[in-house]
Amino acid sequence: MGDEQNINREAVISIRGLKKSFGSLTVLDGVDIDILKGENVAVLGRSGTGKSVLIKIISGLLKPDSGIVTVLGEEVDKLRGAALQRLRLKIGFSFQSSALYDSMSVRENLEFPLVRNKRNLTQKEINDSIEEVLADVGLSQTIHQMPSELSGGQRKRIGIARTLILKPEIMLYDEPTSGLDPITSIEINNLIEKVQKQYNTSSIIITHDLTCAKSVSDRVAILLNGKFLVTGDFETVFHTADATVKTFYDYNFINDNENNKK
Amino acid sequence: MELDSEKIHNSSKEKFLISKTVDGFFLSIYSVFKFIVRFFREAFSSPFEFKEIINQCYQVGYKSLPLISLTGFITGIVFTKQSRPSLATFGASSWLPSLISIAVIRALAPLVTALIAAGKVGSNMGAELGSMKVTEQIDAMEVSATNPFKFLVVTRVTAISIMLPILVLYSGLVGMFGAYFNIHQNELTSLTAFFKSAFSTITFLDIFSSILKAIVYGFTIGIAGCYQGYNAQNGTQGVGRAANAAVVVAMFMIFIEEMLIVQVVNNFR
Repeated sequence: MGDEQNINREAVISIRGLKKSFGSLTVLDGVDIDILKGENVAVLGRSGTGKSVLIKIISGLLKPDSGIVTVLGEEVDKLRGAALQRLRLKIGFSFQSSALYDSMSVRENLEFPLVRNKRNLTQKEINDSIEEVLADVGLSQTIHQMPSELSGGQRKRIGIARTLILKPEIMLYDEPTSGLDPITSIEINNLIEKVQKQYNTSSIIITHDLTCAKSVSDRVAILLNGKFLVTGDFETVFHTADATVKTFYDYNFINDNENNKK
Repeated sequence: MELDSEKIHNSSKEKFLISKTVDGFFLSIYSVFKFIVRFFREAFSSPFEFKEIINQCYQVGYKSLPLISLTGFITGIVFTKQSRPSLATFGASSWLPSLISIAVIRALAPLVTALIAAGKVGSNMGAELGSMKVTEQIDAMEVSATNPFKFLVVTRVTAISIMLPILVLYSGLVGMFGAYFNIHQNELTSLTAFFKSAFSTITFLDIFSSILKAIVYGFTIGIAGCYQGYNAQNGTQGVGRAANAAVVVAMFMIFIEEMLIVQVVNNFR
């Protein structure tokens, strides 16, 4: 993605000086980043460095200690009630654990956000929307199944479908490939790319998986010690001279190679 | 010298722990108060989750019927059996229906039903919401622009506050049948005579106070279960703790409320 092109694109998410601590533990210590319209940004970093906290703050699930988080022109921290709900309609959040409602079938999981946010839809329109998103994630056959009957990969895809049904402008993926085998991971990566193209979304993908970061992102950002140390396209970041980042990469790369050999 | 400084250190450590516990206690009370205020705010603002309230009424009410029937019936029988010898000593066995109806309607039915509901429904609410909390299902509702508090908490607390009075009246009736069953075996009293005698001593205030108690107990069970579940933390251990705390807190509060309501209602007798 060229810099000239980026200058002309508006930032859908803009973060300035974001800080967040839990007790004496500081996880985000002055984070600055812009996510441009239509862009997929992969956020890499060690466990416990605040990657998930970052997207929870963006979606308004957590409050920042200081700093400004602007999403689609609105400062998330200042929104309450209906205004926050309106913004959330434009943000899709795919949880690491999928977070499917386990007392509801796949169909009910997809219907749940739809009927509560678009109350004037007819039953036919609801059915059509459900069938459409299920077809998009390739799981039409699971419509009557319960979450406990699905595999890990299927649960992730249904989790993504549940967010897509509200046609979000921004997607936040929390470790979309964690705990999945390499082939299912590739399927999820392909789905993330498909979502970006088909739904014209801008995304933040939190991941440890370099293959995922490489294949789905336009830009990679490395979050270490509470700050983004390096951002850029995958190759640039991969060949950085920063020793801390290199250690992180080398470790992952070795692990990836070992996993591939196995 | 060293011993003295150690003593001082231990005493300040104790003081710190005590003040932390006291702080924690008042913070929890404040947190529960905020939870209750939020319940009333959300309960009276649209959109209303009528369908889910009906579903919860079914889960709380209909599904508790077998257990409430059994406990109500046994309570009636046991209380009659235990009371007979004392009344018989004074040759007052004929007062049994009146005594039992007062005991069952005023105290036993509300208390026994509420304690059973606290165990069955309260623990279920604590565990269900706790499990949803630790598996991020509540967060998932929130980010999909749905109000989880309204859908999960308001519906459950409303449902049990509506259903417990019905269950209490039902349990009272079943308890009376239990008592009749025992009395009929011993004294061969007819059903009409039994109920005529039983209801002759029951006043509107007895029924009203019983319903009032049931509403208060239902609300307490709902708030205790939902509060514990909604604020569960630390994975599966947290879910277990939430379910346990939901029952313990609800039962404890029910006894305190029973004492207070009886004091207040007795002023009107």
